[in-house]
Amino acid sequence: MKCYTGIDLGSTTTKAVVLDADGHVLGRGITNSRSNYDVACDVARAEALTDARFNLFGHELGDSPRLAERRDDFLALLRRNFRLEQYLVQLGHLGERCVMLAERMEMEGARMRPVDAVKKIFEDMHTEAANLFAPGAKLRSDFFRDLAGSRYAALAKYLARQKNLDFEALIGVYDKSIIPVENTIGGSSFQTMLDAAVRRTLSDGLVSGMESELEHALSRTLATNLIEAVSVGTGYGRARLPFPKERIRSEILCHGLGAHATFPDTRTVLDIGGQDTKAIQVDEHGVVTSFQMNDRCAAGCGRYLGYIAEEMNLGLHELGPMAMQSKRTVRINSTCTVFAGAELRDRLSSGQRREDILDGLHRAIMLRAMSLLARSGGVANEFSFTGGVAKNPAAVRALRGLVQESYGDRTINISPESIYMGALGAAIFALREHTPGKEVLLTTSGGTQWS
Amino acid sequence: MESRLTPPTAIGALTARCEELIADLDLGNVRAWRAAHPGRVVIGYLPIYAPRELVHAAGGLAVGIVGAGEELEIVRGDACFQSYICHLPRSVIELGLSGKLDSLDGMIFPSTCDVIRNLSGIWSLSFPKKWVRYLDLPQNFDASMGGVFYRGMLEGMLRELCELSGVDPKQADLRGAIRAFNANRRALRELYALRATEPWLTPTSEVYVLVRAGLLLPVEEHTAMIERYLGLAKAREARPVDNARVALRGAFCEQPPIELVKTLERAGCYVVDDDFLPMLRWPERDVDESGDPLDALVAAWLDTPLEAPSRYTRCNAEKGQVLIDTVRSTRAEGVIFAAPSFCDPALLDRPLLLGALDRAKIVHTSFKYAENTGQMQPIREQAGTFADSIKLWGEA
Amino acid sequence: MTNSVVKEPSMLLQKDMISGHYSKLARAEETGNTVAYTFVPGNLTELMLAFDMLPVHPEINALQNGMRKLSGEYIAEAERAGHSEDVCTYVKCDIGMSLKGNIGPTGEKMPPPNLLLLSYTGCFTFMKWFELLRERYDCATTMLHVPYQAEGHITKDARDYVVKQLREVTIPALEKASGKRYDEDRLREYLARSAKAEDDLVWVLESAKHTPSPIDAYFGGVYYIGPLFTAFRGTEAAVEYYQALRKEVQSRIENGEGPLTPEGQMRDQRFRLVVEGPPNWTHFREFWKMFYDEGAVVVASSYTKVGGLYDRGFRHDPDRPLESLAEYCLGCYTNLNLPSRVDLLVDYVNDYQADGFLVNSVKSCDSFSSGQLVMLREIEKRTGLPGAFIETDLVDPRYFSAANVRNRLESYFQMLSQKRATAVTS
Repeated sequence: MKCYTGIDLGSTTTKAVVLDADGHVLGRGITNSRSNYDVACDVARAEALTDARFNLFGHELGDSPRLAERRDDFLALLRRNFRLEQYLVQLGHLGERCVMLAERMEMEGARMRPVDAVKKIFEDMHTEAANLFAPGAKLRSDFFRDLAGSRYAALAKYLARQKNLDFEALIGVYDKSIIPVENTIGGSSFQTMLDAAVRRTLSDGLVSGMESELEHALSRTLATNLIEAVSVGTGYGRARLPFPKERIRSEILCHGLGAHATFPDTRTVLDIGGQDTKAIQVDEHGVVTSFQMNDRCAAGCGRYLGYIAEEMNLGLHELGPMAMQSKRTVRINSTCTVFAGAELRDRLSSGQRREDILDGLHRAIMLRAMSLLARSGGVANEFSFTGGVAKNPAAVRALRGLVQESYGDRTINISPESIYMGALGAAIFALREHTPGKEVLLTTSGGTQWS
Repeated sequence: MESRLTPPTAIGALTARCEELIADLDLGNVRAWRAAHPGRVVIGYLPIYAPRELVHAAGGLAVGIVGAGEELEIVRGDACFQSYICHLPRSVIELGLSGKLDSLDGMIFPSTCDVIRNLSGIWSLSFPKKWVRYLDLPQNFDASMGGVFYRGMLEGMLRELCELSGVDPKQADLRGAIRAFNANRRALRELYALRATEPWLTPTSEVYVLVRAGLLLPVEEHTAMIERYLGLAKAREARPVDNARVALRGAFCEQPPIELVKTLERAGCYVVDDDFLPMLRWPERDVDESGDPLDALVAAWLDTPLEAPSRYTRCNAEKGQVLIDTVRSTRAEGVIFAAPSFCDPALLDRPLLLGALDRAKIVHTSFKYAENTGQMQPIREQAGTFADSIKLWGEA
Repeated sequence: MTNSVVKEPSMLLQKDMISGHYSKLARAEETGNTVAYTFVPGNLTELMLAFDMLPVHPEINALQNGMRKLSGEYIAEAERAGHSEDVCTYVKCDIGMSLKGNIGPTGEKMPPPNLLLLSYTGCFTFMKWFELLRERYDCATTMLHVPYQAEGHITKDARDYVVKQLREVTIPALEKASGKRYDEDRLREYLARSAKAEDDLVWVLESAKHTPSPIDAYFGGVYYIGPLFTAFRGTEAAVEYYQALRKEVQSRIENGEGPLTPEGQMRDQRFRLVVEGPPNWTHFREFWKMFYDEGAVVVASSYTKVGGLYDRGFRHDPDRPLESLAEYCLGCYTNLNLPSRVDLLVDYVNDYQADGFLVNSVKSCDSFSSGQLVMLREIEKRTGLPGAFIETDLVDPRYFSAANVRNRLESYFQMLSQKRATAVTS
């Protein structure tokens, strides 16, 4: 089966979308961006192809009446187990590296002797891994770096206190090891990890007695060859993507097209990513007619929220829900990243509530976005909000209020897949490259609409 | 008499009224004035100086526009200005585009800096139906050159104001206007003099809002208000505390939040002089009330030693001289240089002024602000340290 | 790359003129020449030459230092001396250079000024700048107040004001500083030569109306304006330079050739652009490359009008020497109000058949930058073309983010292509 890939290399995450020849989304993948752009790109693509396989597998399972009713539960479990297998493989690499490094430190006569501690940490991490991915467990992040990092830190902290070891030195071992590990692609194949995941899932008993049908569906899925016909790259780091120049599109064009494909009546797009904010106007064909990007100042971008989360010792995903608890928004005038920390502490110490400050911060960021929208030509109907920040409910609430105040009624589109808009646009460009003039109609999971 | 009985309450009511006027970004009192004076014109003017006498003589009300402080959320303003431009034009545009300045028939943009100059063009493009005048104040102070040019400009402005208002003022009207503003400036000079001698009677947080109300009130009403305050303040039974006496410079255009003024006082400073709102206090002398009124206004600009970064100083010795004289006459012990971020005139002038202060052995400290600065902690610390160090040196 | 930079013969000629001027300046004290510092917009070169005074343009020194990668250190030096990070980097670069011994961009020492001739045209910072220099050099300073074209045209009052100042303030100051008498006939001779060179400059700038354009009116344009905007207006050398330049451009037109870039002839002209705002000097070549790599050629720019709007008809006039100098000062691009700037740029877009226009907004310059976003929208509205907006600085290397600028430019060019493609198919 021929497929068409779009890759969006952003400052914090790299996204990939795979389309089939009819423009249907086969799969999506995401990973954290890292110093090696090629690897980030390959990992995102592999994730998207994995997702595509699972989706295909889902179709195959749907064909069997007996399996169909348990399909969703089974697939969800299988996906979790697959992720667990991926995690374990990477954890193995990381463990090896960390131990190696610890041994070298001892050989070089470090004051502390970290080998035993590091070994112990990884033993524990292996043991608890299954719990991390167990049904119902809430994953703090989708990325290995974050998951492993937070567990390592917690265990190292415990050990350091218990055994009176140097915590910073233990963390140093991790910090030095994670970068090479995430910059190399693991040796295990999709097939191997899938087999392991299937075994693990079957042991659960959810589909006992249907093993042969499962195996049949699985082999049919694996028999489908996914051949990448064309891929197009975009995003902040696109110039460094391993693509020829003619296969690179600006993220402005891709976001405009991606939003158009998802919500065909879109005329204005706001995308807030990690590094920049874009306000884009598109015509009825999804062609960009004007755009504005934030100026050099990073205030008002996703990165600013990340900074705030760090200051408050919260996960990025926790900011929005906490701000939603606010009853009384605090007015915040400065969104200067440099002063954010000091201002936060100042306000907290003056007795302002955390959720109220957070709500104010979200409003302040959205005010900057409104200015950018005004620069680009305003907010037309319909209006699509995309990018990582579109997942944040407090950001969405602030935006909706401000749009209403300044422009009146507007249909605001937000897709759960909005982080993939740039990659989707790029994938459509890839498909058009192959079949010029093709108008792509998308059958995605749609998205929510508010009027 | 009533004031003698309850001075704190009376002063409180007075300053509360001023704070209310300042906080009302919809210019409620200006709208009320318009409603009460149908057919008359209301003209806005920006820092740092405009001959308001002309508007007054044409039967109109001149309203000073100095930004919007910290309460206004800026959306359209930021759409017009890059991040490295000061805050004032953003809030002025925001006010204009959100209809809050609809009660103004026109605007005067003086030659304060490139930003305010260009704002005059933005205004013409954004409000093509409104009267807009760029006031190119002469930097040549010779009566036969700068004077002639300036007089021509005033004549043109007056002519246009007359067309706008349908009023044709006589010389007597112009003289009357000069008299009214002379009286107002005299009252303000008296207020500043009182604060310089007895700052504990006249905290700058009060003085500031009282003066600033002059941007919005008819001049006669404002004069009466200042005079009333002077009476009340003099009757106060306050005692001096061990504060450092400082002069404040740099805030002639974009205004700091009122909280900043309060912060300075809380940090142990008596502000005995400042350069807030020169548009209300210039020229710091009486304009001639007897001769040709336009010539009198021209002479007031050319011949008064007004010091602001927007005005050319003819020689090195002139730079900072007014400040140093003021420091001496008000017995200030140091200078706080507080300038708006990205204010080119103030910040380019700063090294020159500070150099002049150094040579005169006057201590100083500097920081920047914006009209919507929310963080007072660093300013409190810096001003507090400065005040403490002045007191230490003073004792040594 | 630096070794194999391609240059037009006229560029080499100009290079010799400039280095000749810098060495003249370096020897000023021995040769007994007096020196006046002055600014490009509203410069009174013919008048200074009529007194045998050598002009120094601090902003030219700053941009030369920017191109030679010296500005960063000079700016840092000025900031260490108490100058704010917020203000104009031309000023800080100049002050920094002076603090570090006043060695000019060519490595030769700059003479101190005998006179600071402050022609205060279109930029408030000029005034502060010379107040700062006056304090450093403690020398004679004369202020020529050139009123702003607030009403969109030169008024009689404004011209009379400037002429009277020239006669009663500027000329006596020049006489005093140079020790020479004012000779109006000599001034007329210079003005006559100026007009000749101005004709040729206009011809060159307007050659961009051809397709393909034989010049880049921004990146190349800043070279073309060099002699006329600085120390050479009114000289025979300038007349010769513009004749040579005109021949060069003429031959490119005849051969259907595009402009010469540092990497050779530009072949593929996919986008014709109008540009507003000064260029960035610290990364000038890298910046230019972002354009020609994408096939973008600039056909008209406002920056090449900061030293005079000759293409709108103005010429120095030997028959009206002081009046025409006054009109020259009043008429520079930096002295136009915003609506006039919008009119001019809209005319350029139409007259030069541009595909788009771009604003390079520089942090340093409020005179240029303040209001550019409003201009952008107004021009978009009137031309129906989308504009691009990028931010850099004049000579502050910290303020040029190549990735950032490239990102915007690429997006803009791709948008233009996409629009063009759909316009063809539909």
